[in-house]
Amino acid sequence: MVSRTRGEKLFNVFNLTVLGLVGLMALYPFVYTLSMSLSSAAEAMRASLHLYPRDISLTSYRMVLSNPEIVTGFTNSLLRTVLGTALTLFFTCLTAYPLARREMPHRSLLLFLVLFTMLFSGGIVPNYLLVKNLGLMDSIWALVLPQMLTAFNIIVVKNFFQAIPESLAESAKIDGASEFNILFRIYVPLSKPVLATIGLWTAVAHWNHWFDAMLYIASDENQVLQTFLQRIVIENSVELIEQGLVDPNITEFTPETIKAATVVVTVLPMLLVYPFVQKYFVRGIMLGSVKE
Amino acid sequence: MSAVLTQYHRHKGLLLLVAPGLAFFLVFNYLPMFGLVLAFKEFRLSAGILGSEWNGLENFSRLFGGADFPNALRNTITISFLRLLFGFFAPIALALMLNEIRVSWYKRTVQTVTYIPYFLSWVILGGIFLMIFSQSGPANQMAQLFGVSAIEFLTDDFWFIAVVIATGIWQAAGYGAVIYLAALAGISPELYEAAVVDGAGRWKQTLHITIPGLVPTIITLFILNLGHVLNAGFDQIYNMYNPMVYDAADIIDTYVLRRIVLMDFGLATGAGLFKSMVGLLMVVLANSLARRLSGGEQGIW
Repeated sequence: MVSRTRGEKLFNVFNLTVLGLVGLMALYPFVYTLSMSLSSAAEAMRASLHLYPRDISLTSYRMVLSNPEIVTGFTNSLLRTVLGTALTLFFTCLTAYPLARREMPHRSLLLFLVLFTMLFSGGIVPNYLLVKNLGLMDSIWALVLPQMLTAFNIIVVKNFFQAIPESLAESAKIDGASEFNILFRIYVPLSKPVLATIGLWTAVAHWNHWFDAMLYIASDENQVLQTFLQRIVIENSVELIEQGLVDPNITEFTPETIKAATVVVTVLPMLLVYPFVQKYFVRGIMLGSVKE
Repeated sequence: MSAVLTQYHRHKGLLLLVAPGLAFFLVFNYLPMFGLVLAFKEFRLSAGILGSEWNGLENFSRLFGGADFPNALRNTITISFLRLLFGFFAPIALALMLNEIRVSWYKRTVQTVTYIPYFLSWVILGGIFLMIFSQSGPANQMAQLFGVSAIEFLTDDFWFIAVVIATGIWQAAGYGAVIYLAALAGISPELYEAAVVDGAGRWKQTLHITIPGLVPTIITLFILNLGHVLNAGFDQIYNMYNPMVYDAADIIDTYVLRRIVLMDFGLATGAGLFKSMVGLLMVVLANSLARRLSGGEQGIW
């Protein structure tokens, strides 16, 4: 190892300390929320930073989990995530593959049509009217279809496909394979890493989206988790939870502990999956920095 | 003509595969672009987009003649500018600092922890911060430790914008740092070896190798940021603001949304069109500027 000067040693200590503090600051809001969600009413109201729960109570979780709307929202969010991700992956492959092939007629025009959508869009009102006119209002299709294909995903997958030697496709063609079979038997299996990354990012986006549901979904039975969460934590309508109360005299929770518990319930599925799929997340960020 | 048809026939397999995707883009991306004609019409729901009457620039004169849209436009630009000023260099600094860590588990832990927030929605994050910055929340308790009296973080114009900028950096800096770290990993180790031979210390190496190595990435991200100058962060602001801070926090997107709720579609479309046009113009300008400055080497296309 290179010998270090005194200044470099000092810098190392400084650097590690500052980054440690940055890490703690990044974590604190989550620590606070978790701690609040597990606190009794008295503990939650105590002036404190709530670094850990002192008087543990699971009442807030019982309230949240017994709320039928949270359960409905959870199911609908899961459904849109699974359906949306499957459709995005399938049609992204279908569209990216011909664009990756040099012999494709009108290839550059088609690429331009796709890329231009990154620069300019109709905006929210025309999109809203489109969904309305297509009769998609208040259905899961309004959440899944409008964002099914994005220029970004197509370009990323197209670039990955292009790196696969064309000789593979050529020889399969000589053997009489259709383009559809070449795509799904040769290209897709070779592209698992990039498809996993895109699939994961799409899934996260679906789980997190709330604005489209707010615009397009009118009935509570079709509503997604983020919207219910929004009603509880942003619009402060904790009554929503209280409606599900068996005994209205329970005072073991405060609006804050209910909010915190709702947040934890929403975040938990993602945080549980996170360690296993982390490398795909990072890879996705890298994709974002790829120049076209 | 027949040559084209033969070509189509030969590649019908590929054409068939691209057809659904093409149809999708035409319907969900290009059709709404034509819907922008609404900006020049007086929209009536019963008449639809095509049947509604033209009204020239009426929507735009209402937009710019009123008080709300100019206010929203001003706020949007202010907030975007503040985000650039305070936020643009945060991920660069974070990446440079992470890059100097030689203890790999420490580096990995800090990195992982700092980019978690990027994967959570602003409904969740907004909910958390509304609690943290509330009157009796921990932010105010910290302030009290330093002898400061209760701060109206969420209802005072100045403090609200400060919270928006700070929590915005908190959410995105870790994610941004990953991009810069990837660029750092691409710098040739030979450059550093040569610098060591020449007697350069770590500070000199950072100044003359690491930072210049980041410049292309910095320029690319700066261009993308300029293109989004009229996106001041709708998700975040909508989930954190309240009528008491409209004066400072109402941005174009929140303005448009409130117009939609009032069914004032012509005005909302006009505002949206204005936003899209400015965005397009900014990206094109910034890109050509970057190309000129770098002699054609940089830019996003």
